[in-house]
Amino acid sequence: MASIVAVIASTHHPFYYKASTATGEDRPPFADEWTRKILAFRETLTRANPDVLVMVGSDHFHQLWLDNMPQFLVGKAPFYDANWYNEEREFGLPRMLLKGQEDLSSHILRAGLDEGFDLAFSNELRIDHSITCPIITLRPEADLPIVPIYTNIFAPPLPQPSRFVKLGETIRKIVEEWPSDLRVAIVGTGHLSLELGGPRQFGPHGPDPEFDRRAVEWIATGDLDNCVREVTLDSLHSPGNATHGFMDFMLMMGVAGAGAKADHVDTLDLFHTMEAYFTWYPNGVPA
Amino acid sequence: MSKYLLNKFLYTVDRDPELVERYRSTPRELVTWWEASQANAVLNCHTGEASTWLRLTDEERSALIDQDHVRLFALGAHPFLTLTLFIAMFERDNTEPLEYQKAYGARLAHFDLPYPDIAT
Repeated sequence: MASIVAVIASTHHPFYYKASTATGEDRPPFADEWTRKILAFRETLTRANPDVLVMVGSDHFHQLWLDNMPQFLVGKAPFYDANWYNEEREFGLPRMLLKGQEDLSSHILRAGLDEGFDLAFSNELRIDHSITCPIITLRPEADLPIVPIYTNIFAPPLPQPSRFVKLGETIRKIVEEWPSDLRVAIVGTGHLSLELGGPRQFGPHGPDPEFDRRAVEWIATGDLDNCVREVTLDSLHSPGNATHGFMDFMLMMGVAGAGAKADHVDTLDLFHTMEAYFTWYPNGVPA
Repeated sequence: MSKYLLNKFLYTVDRDPELVERYRSTPRELVTWWEASQANAVLNCHTGEASTWLRLTDEERSALIDQDHVRLFALGAHPFLTLTLFIAMFERDNTEPLEYQKAYGARLAHFDLPYPDIAT
């Protein structure tokens, strides 16, 4: 059976690429510290030596649109083109091409359907920065095959937070049952408190530092009980109007497992949002 | 109210560089053209089929023509779509970093929670 060699959850800040590659006067004052933290975070994946990456993210109205909106979708394709014109325009993100791992996609789709998740699928999926940002931060060579999984945190009505946790737990089980010798890392990105297009956007910190503090504590300690008790679809409006992206962190807590303490925890307080990075090693810390 | 159609306008204009420029420079002409010829296109579908019933309300049409992101927010347009398109049109006029983005938020300061419902 396949082994899950790392579980990784992080924010996906689209400006990291631009900030980390900027030089001279264009380089923002926080770029050096940010880059140091990302290099340490990258090492947590590198040392796990994965063969395949399962990548959980959320399409930002790129390919998935309101005329045909899936709640949970699994890509099954030999390749995935990546990043879109408006991400190139606003964030300076490069166009990318990633390989797919179709056997694992098929396995996740079949087993997910049998486990009670009516997963949508796509045989031609162009992925966006929710998946390419962690490729850029964690595996910039972009050389490993992936299975993209999209969640709807964006276009209400949304699934309940508990459903995200359950999907994470199910993905963990399904991948562990994959008849393969390959080493799989499961990587997912979301948000802490975040406001986009509302009055609290682009402040000196994230819109709700207290929510961020509690959220980081829940994730770092695997405290699903308190997290699920406090977080509802309604409550997530309060920390910021784009904070429903936190449900992808909850999905990753489901993958890591209740009570699982993260082996790597780091944060970075930036304008507009707090960055957060977590890695778990289900089979122990690699030597 | 046709929040879906407002979002469809923002989405389809944002993803096309030529339409972004036309909306920036001639908003009335662009909105009028879009509603007449594009509003009923079924996206992500082969051409030759279309819907027949989609139409902006007068309030929505005028908010788009006026490029009024505060009224679009009040009408329940998806804030991510509005922000992305408006940054594409107006960030270029910044005289300092994030100037437009901060002013955009400040103009919404009178909104308290709960914000207008964005469900479509």
